[in-house]
Amino acid sequence: MSERTVELEVLRYNPETDGEPHFQRYSVTCREEWVVLDALNHIKETVDPTLSYRWSCHMAVCGSCGMMIDGEPKLACKTFLRDYPGVIRVEPLAHFPVERDLVTVIDDFIAKLTRVKPYLIPKEEKPVAAGEYRQTPAQLKRYKQFTLCINCMLCYAACPEYGIIPKFLGPAAISLAHRWNQDSRDGGRAQRQEEIAATEGVWECSFTGACSEVCPEHVDPAAALQQVKIKSTVDWYLAHTMPWLNK
Amino acid sequence: MATSNKPIVWGPFAAGGTLTAFLTPVLILLTLLAGLGHAPDLLAYDALRAFAAHGIVKLGLVVVIFLSLWSAAHRLRITCYDLGLRADTLVATLVYAVAIAGTVAAAAYLLRLNPV
Repeated sequence: MSERTVELEVLRYNPETDGEPHFQRYSVTCREEWVVLDALNHIKETVDPTLSYRWSCHMAVCGSCGMMIDGEPKLACKTFLRDYPGVIRVEPLAHFPVERDLVTVIDDFIAKLTRVKPYLIPKEEKPVAAGEYRQTPAQLKRYKQFTLCINCMLCYAACPEYGIIPKFLGPAAISLAHRWNQDSRDGGRAQRQEEIAATEGVWECSFTGACSEVCPEHVDPAAALQQVKIKSTVDWYLAHTMPWLNK
Repeated sequence: MATSNKPIVWGPFAAGGTLTAFLTPVLILLTLLAGLGHAPDLLAYDALRAFAAHGIVKLGLVVVIFLSLWSAAHRLRITCYDLGLRADTLVATLVYAVAIAGTVAAAAYLLRLNPV
């Protein structure tokens, strides 16, 4: 098994004792197949137990280990050390306040996600005895891609609009709202539109496409947002040209 | 939260973008062909001029010109913003005014275009 030494430059910040965040260098003897998360775990276990970061599954499912690696939002568990020739700079996700070291405060995202009601709001309630809600493969296909989101927030760290306008609902929340709107069993679109069709909803998006470039699960949030824009535009024109349709 | 009125400007932008994506390459090709003297008789100047003099075609041309100009104007507005020019109201007023002026100019020209 081939081994080599890599240099990591990790952002350290403890708001209780540090005035400013600073970088700390670590040398790690690593194996060829190690990802950045392996190196961080190695540091924490053998060199510096005070280093803080989030992780759980180590297999790109939980969405906990999002961080900036050489300036790009990445999952630390999916980013191989061998792909980086020089010193690897590791920072907390951009656009979020730092809680400590690589741990960010994610309250803003969680609050936005809650606001778009990312759960099934049944079109018609029916008793369990009436059986399951059936769906054709074509109906499933309309939203399946958007179910793959793991809430890792890489898209928020990549989105320049979210960086400028913190009130923007952002890629993942809107994509997940779209996921339920596209579901044939769901009837909650009108409720979600109150958040999504607002100025700070989908309309702050300028379609730079950065969200889709960094998405580790290939959800393609940019596509979801464009679809939401088209549907919201149709809504707007119908509401303003055919007022008798308004309930 | 109140519904945004952004669809007023975004609707024609999206329509114009889709339209120009299909139309612009065709126009470039036809212009090159005509310039090189290879345009078929159906697309020769006299034929196109007679075609454009018809009322419904005039209307169609104005719509196509408006959507194309509006799409370009909106794209320019967003590009300015992304490049750091954040005086959005000023930029928007300016670029949309140019698109409307271009549309009005085209409409005025088409109105004066009579069948030969």
